[in-house]
Amino acid sequence: MAVVFVRPKIPKLAPDPWAIQFDGEGRLKHLLTIEGLGPDWITRILDTAESFLSVTGREVKKVPLLRGRTVVNLFFESSTRTRTTFELAAKRLSADVLNLNISTSAATKGESLLDTLRNIEAMQADMFVVRHAASGAAHFIARHVAPHVSVLNAGDGRHAHPTQALLDVFTIRKMKGDFTPLRVAIVGDILHSRVARSQIHALNTLNTGEVRVIAPRTLLPAQVEKLGVRVFHDMREGLRDVDVIIMLRLQRERMEGALLPSEDEFFCLYGLTPEKLAWAKPDAIVMHPGPANRGVEIDSEVADGPQSVILQQVSNGIAVRMAVMSLCMGGREE
Amino acid sequence: MQNHDVEALIQRMVDGLRQRIDAGELRDPLMVGIHTGGVWVAERLHAALDLSEPLGKLNIAFYRDDFTHIGLHPQVSPSNLPFDVEGRDVILVDDVLQTGRTIRAAMNELFDFGRPAHVVLAVLCDRPGRELPIQADVIGERITLEAHEQIVLHGPEPLRITIEQKASEE
Repeated sequence: MAVVFVRPKIPKLAPDPWAIQFDGEGRLKHLLTIEGLGPDWITRILDTAESFLSVTGREVKKVPLLRGRTVVNLFFESSTRTRTTFELAAKRLSADVLNLNISTSAATKGESLLDTLRNIEAMQADMFVVRHAASGAAHFIARHVAPHVSVLNAGDGRHAHPTQALLDVFTIRKMKGDFTPLRVAIVGDILHSRVARSQIHALNTLNTGEVRVIAPRTLLPAQVEKLGVRVFHDMREGLRDVDVIIMLRLQRERMEGALLPSEDEFFCLYGLTPEKLAWAKPDAIVMHPGPANRGVEIDSEVADGPQSVILQQVSNGIAVRMAVMSLCMGGREE
Repeated sequence: MQNHDVEALIQRMVDGLRQRIDAGELRDPLMVGIHTGGVWVAERLHAALDLSEPLGKLNIAFYRDDFTHIGLHPQVSPSNLPFDVEGRDVILVDDVLQTGRTIRAAMNELFDFGRPAHVVLAVLCDRPGRELPIQADVIGERITLEAHEQIVLHGPEPLRITIEQKASEE
């Protein structure tokens, strides 16, 4: 008798997990992560941001693009810079803005999130700007919102912070132009940094010559090189011939256990001082997503020095967020 | 099909504007072109009239009333008004005037830069189909077309007008 083997059904691969960012006609609807955007969308966002930059120099620093729309800043985790620049971006587009700071309690994550969502939806919001300590929170919200609502990820756990990465590449493009000849080093607490992950995706999507990460082993995620970066543990080696240095904040609030002997030792080995900065190219620019811990990852002399573009990053952040908001909210009514 | 001699139309606009300047209706006017065709036309007029201030450019993408329907146009080159419009006479220039919606958006944007004393509108082609109470003060040519036709200005050098069939309606 023949034995009949039934081939086990291979589960279908999940559809492109980033496809949710686009509507049926291929227009950007949510911005949750850099992945899936591709060079064309990133370039389009940066070009649009470029034109919004000019609005800031006017007598009336406002355009009527999102008049009558409501943007809700939904912050489950504290933030000053990101929330205020999102707020200012929405206001410069003439949208109404509602700021909700909801302190999160770990035990009630899933359910309370949906409940909160339904309540705010009932207020006729058009866009949620979400920050949450849990990775995937913005994605989860995007899957459950009413069809007319856009969701922007303003940072989810250790996963992604796409608008920060976009404003960083925008700043690099303004200062350096083409990405292909550039060496970019991201320094410090890569392990806890959603900013670093999004930056790496954005830089690689734009064909950056070389993306480096410089950190102690304890502050690097496992298999970080799979993201397409060269790994260094030594500042002198890692900063050699670098055009752009991105310092990351040491995220003390996310540290579990002893990942570092002390902050002083971290500063000694990885803190960006004028001496260490001299190892990079003489025209290298220094960036930091903020808030900076002076004397922990960056020396005041460098943060306030001529090579620092930290404050430009903040102003550029408004233009980039205006671009993302208007690209996500435009062209949806028939 | 008519042969539209753009240079002759520009000359007619220059004459019309110069008349107003000489008559004292426009005092030391500023000129503002609307992207993209309006800027090309304005560049010609600006050179011919020898105006004192540099040419301003408006991109009305952020002021359009169809944003909720068609979204943001890619490649928005920013507006640039390299002067203060407060209290000044302004010549607004566009290539084609039809519905008047572009001009509505342009005036809204202009007023976000300041409060001009006097604004006049100069267009290369004026075609029927107004949806707003807006009229041009200086006109190169009046053209009547079928609904499915549109005027397309090619440029910047040389400037050329063609009448084309509209792409299928959205």
